[in-house]
Amino acid sequence: MDILGVLSDPVTIGFLQATTRLAIPIMLAALGGMFAERAGVLNIGLEGTMLSGAFFGFAVAFASGSLWFGVVGGMLAGAVIGLVLAFYTVRLTSNQVVVGIAINLLMVGVTSYAFRAMFGSGTNAPRVTPFPPIELPLLHQIPVLGPLLFQQGALVYVALVLIPISWIVVTRMSVGTAITAVGEHPEAAETLGISVNRVRTLCLVVSGLLTGLGGAFLSLSATGLFLDNMTAGRGYIALAILLLGRRNPWGILAAAMLFGGADAFQLRGQNLGIGVPYQFLVMLPYVLTIVVLIGFAGKVRDPAALGLPFQRNRAEQ
Amino acid sequence: MQASSNSEPTPLSLSGVTVRFGNFVANDAVDFSVGRGEIHALLGENGAGKTTLMRVVAGLLVPQSGTIHINGQRADLRSPLDAAALGVGMVHQHFMLIPTLTVAQNVCIGMRRAGRFFPDLKAVARELDAIGERYGLRVDPNALVGDLTVASQQRVEIVKALYRGARILVLDEPTAVLAPQEVAGFFRVLRTLAEAGTAIVFISHKLDEVMSLSHRVSVLRHGQLVASKPTAQTNPAELARLMIGQDLTLPQADGSARPGGMAIEVRAIGYRDERDVARLSDVSLAAHRGEIVGIAGVDGNGQQELAEVLAGLLAPRSGQVLMASPGGPVDVTGMGPGGRISLGLSHIPEDRQRTALVDLSIAENAVLETIDRRPLSHHGMISKSAIRQFADQLIARNDVRCTGPEQRIMTLSGGNQQKVVLGRALGRDPSVIVAVQPTRGLDIGATAFVHQQLLAQRARGAAIVLVSTELDEVLALSDRIVVMFAGRVIGTLSRAEVTLERLGAMMTGQAA
Amino acid sequence: MSTFDAPGVPVPAVVVDANAARRTEIISSLIAVGLALAVGAVLILAWGANPLIAYGALVDGAFGSWNSLAETLLRSIPLTFTGLAIAIAFRAGAFNLGAEGQLFLAATASAVVGLMLPDLPGVLLIPTMIITAMVVGALWSLLAGVLKLRFGANELITTIMLNYIAIFLVSYLLRGPIQEAAGFLPQTERLAANARFPALIEGTRLHAGVLIALLAVGLTHFALWHTTWGFRLRVVGLNARAALNAGFNVTAITLSAFLLSGALAGMAGYMEVVGVQRRMIENLSPGFGYTGIIVALLGRTNPFGVLAAAILFAGLQVGGSTMQAASGVPSTLTTIVQALVVLFVIGRGAFDQLFAQRKGS
Repeated sequence: MDILGVLSDPVTIGFLQATTRLAIPIMLAALGGMFAERAGVLNIGLEGTMLSGAFFGFAVAFASGSLWFGVVGGMLAGAVIGLVLAFYTVRLTSNQVVVGIAINLLMVGVTSYAFRAMFGSGTNAPRVTPFPPIELPLLHQIPVLGPLLFQQGALVYVALVLIPISWIVVTRMSVGTAITAVGEHPEAAETLGISVNRVRTLCLVVSGLLTGLGGAFLSLSATGLFLDNMTAGRGYIALAILLLGRRNPWGILAAAMLFGGADAFQLRGQNLGIGVPYQFLVMLPYVLTIVVLIGFAGKVRDPAALGLPFQRNRAEQ
Repeated sequence: MQASSNSEPTPLSLSGVTVRFGNFVANDAVDFSVGRGEIHALLGENGAGKTTLMRVVAGLLVPQSGTIHINGQRADLRSPLDAAALGVGMVHQHFMLIPTLTVAQNVCIGMRRAGRFFPDLKAVARELDAIGERYGLRVDPNALVGDLTVASQQRVEIVKALYRGARILVLDEPTAVLAPQEVAGFFRVLRTLAEAGTAIVFISHKLDEVMSLSHRVSVLRHGQLVASKPTAQTNPAELARLMIGQDLTLPQADGSARPGGMAIEVRAIGYRDERDVARLSDVSLAAHRGEIVGIAGVDGNGQQELAEVLAGLLAPRSGQVLMASPGGPVDVTGMGPGGRISLGLSHIPEDRQRTALVDLSIAENAVLETIDRRPLSHHGMISKSAIRQFADQLIARNDVRCTGPEQRIMTLSGGNQQKVVLGRALGRDPSVIVAVQPTRGLDIGATAFVHQQLLAQRARGAAIVLVSTELDEVLALSDRIVVMFAGRVIGTLSRAEVTLERLGAMMTGQAA
Repeated sequence: MSTFDAPGVPVPAVVVDANAARRTEIISSLIAVGLALAVGAVLILAWGANPLIAYGALVDGAFGSWNSLAETLLRSIPLTFTGLAIAIAFRAGAFNLGAEGQLFLAATASAVVGLMLPDLPGVLLIPTMIITAMVVGALWSLLAGVLKLRFGANELITTIMLNYIAIFLVSYLLRGPIQEAAGFLPQTERLAANARFPALIEGTRLHAGVLIALLAVGLTHFALWHTTWGFRLRVVGLNARAALNAGFNVTAITLSAFLLSGALAGMAGYMEVVGVQRRMIENLSPGFGYTGIIVALLGRTNPFGVLAAAILFAGLQVGGSTMQAASGVPSTLTTIVQALVVLFVIGRGAFDQLFAQRKGS
């Protein structure tokens, strides 16, 4: 069997398409988490933010009939959660982990309650037609890269464009330098006229927008429906992804693709019946997350002020 | 050369500046000014109020009273930005640099001038090169700050201040982080800057540097300005007297120490930090029963690391730590603090909030190290009444001002917290005491109390390793003084051999 | 005599009375509960129901009769255990979000042991199953502890991941090796009668396990405040460096906290298997491990506080079903109220700050 044959095999193409589809939500959440962590805030609330993005994205799209309105709705829901997180972690200097966990639990309840409020608890799951794949001319025919990147729904392209944009923002723009300063040395940032609180709040809102988009992708692009707790730990996996990607957008893209590949592999495995009980296949991304943490925790340098609340008065003894 | 002229307004002038922290007066109606092209040294012991005064100038502290004039205009400095806008640049003791950014990125953070959205790092680099050219302050604009040596980082701090338009430069203990061979070059830079018209405030407690560099010197003691005169009209002996006051430097320890056997000893200790910088190299020393060994040195020359190696908090990369035990010396190199405590070690750490105390009651803090012993606990069960009794005794013996043993320790004043730490460390009749900066932040009475306690322990037969950057403290208490420089023991002086000159020479790296 | 502070300084008039501090905590917790219920009332209105009727049904369903009270107490058993599990880890400065997985694995293991030894008399079988559950829960938790201490892997993420792994593993076992002979549902055979606890109130499902939960609360309290181990654990959680300086074996203490935490979570699973389901089933827990987090937070990681919070949340959950039946308001409302309680408790600082600003200006 020649290589080209394998690459153009429908199974392979399906696998590659699924890889991207499964990678994007985690990638977006990890990108969101990256903004927060670069500014020194540990955003444990990614899971709940993502779940809200999934629900409110779906709800708005269902009600308005427009997928794009849904996308905006999901992002705004994420931004609101970002503001709440900022209120607690920046304004009240609460424990970032405790607040994140509480938000996650809250959003499980809120999305499930609101879903029932909107759609009742009947057996017929409401659906929207997800974003259809768009084949980019010529590009989609490239082996491997074509199905991976150029035969996808519109939201995939949006997400992929966000990678270079985020990279430019954090590494090339003055706001990126300010974010790094706030995450590494908040006192120094203050002496240079950067408001630590403002930068952290901004980063948490951006974090919410991106993570909300990741959630909206789950409901509006990957599936076309909303299910209770449909994020299934992806927000936590994203925390490991951004570590593996060294808090760099390109690294996050690569790490997310690796996870997407693993996830796509296990889904294929279930469908093809390769003799392994499906539960062990479903476990794969979670096991992989732990492996990543074992391999990379402590080896990737964290921002020096990560997880530490900043009190301006402290700088004055 | 002093280039100040009377036709121009004074760059910086403070009058009657008073700063209080609670009831502690850090600056007491201080007047201070620096002229154009002048290098004005601000001299004083640790805690004399030098840094506080300059934090006022940098806009980091708002004084309770007093006025600041910059270039003849009344200045109301409410934030670092206000100060920077008026041309005040401060080089802090702990650098305000972001290690993960390049030099060019660091200097232009928050500066509109470098580009609203996209900083023009090439233009910044050109400006930095020009500044470097002008003042002999070469830095690589594209280097990551974290990769630079401490001396280069300091240059970056100065370049940063100049790039941001500083005409008044405040340097807080800038030579504390420099090796002696770096100091000369650094001084050349400062002189060049002054010749170009920059007003420079140089904070220090090192007499020789002040004498060789400054045009004018002001001395602070206990928050008060005690003298301000042209450097040419004074001498090191007079400055030392002004700094320390007339009443001190009388050795309190009687000279008749008869040291007993070895109590704790380190042999050829080496330690590198996580960035693989050597912090301790080939350090050997021993402390004997009934003697106080003072460890002197400029801050950051390995004293802190040595203390942590002795206490068991830091594992050395090489060498041995030995402690006396009833059965003879034991190698405790691989032993944590627990084993050493049971061999009779007490540690009074420098940073009590971080290393010695827990946010619990006074009583619980009092028994932290001895909770396993009877009657405090029995078969793993705590006896609350015994703990209370123990704490009551500690409070009474050490005169801890509190509402009772149940009071949370973090609500006590610093002095009273230190009394608990001291009472706990000394109350169990230790054979070895490692005391690090035991009187930092305490007032005179409290300092005397700590000194009495340490001397009483010495009389009892304990071996005491006293680490302090306060020379008068080391001089007052020590039977022997070990001087550390750049992570090494540069020399040991017995009581009889000590003179300020010899000590000073050794502290700046010149072996006796 | 020397003084350490400037003369004439009065002793700071800080509230140091522990009882007064505890009273403030309890009051602020009650305020948080009240606020959360108020937000819940708004949500009920938004649903189109009458909050008074809905809440009336909720209270009635939770505490209105012997039977509902018994159901509430029954539900409080697993919540007490998971709450204690998480509280112990918190006290040692670790976040055990893995109670759910520990619960599932422990429950499965104890069910398997119970099914393997059907002829053992109760006095032997019950302790055997309890020990199995505690050991399995403890080991699963220890895994996260070792990953944290050995590799620096954040236990927040690893414990969550281990939850999914445990639950899928259990799902595999229940659909394969240990599935009931009939083979219809993902569940084991029914446990023999000698594995069960006697009923505590005739005609209800409340069983003697509640006494074990109370005992666990008492023992945990005793361990935390009356033993040197508990003292050390609390010190490590507050300031690990000071603990090290005081000579504690910080690693061993942290691991022991993970072990005990997992063992307690395992007990939650055991109680559900023996006291409620009588067998291991796939959906054993509706998130007891996660609710345990907020139980621990609301209970201020204090064992008796945990007990109170567990009963409160058990009442909310049990009453929630009655509310749903009576007014149509989905019982998931109670999930929202539970999380809001915690957010309001944490947000207490906001009110303090506001008051301080008022006074200041």
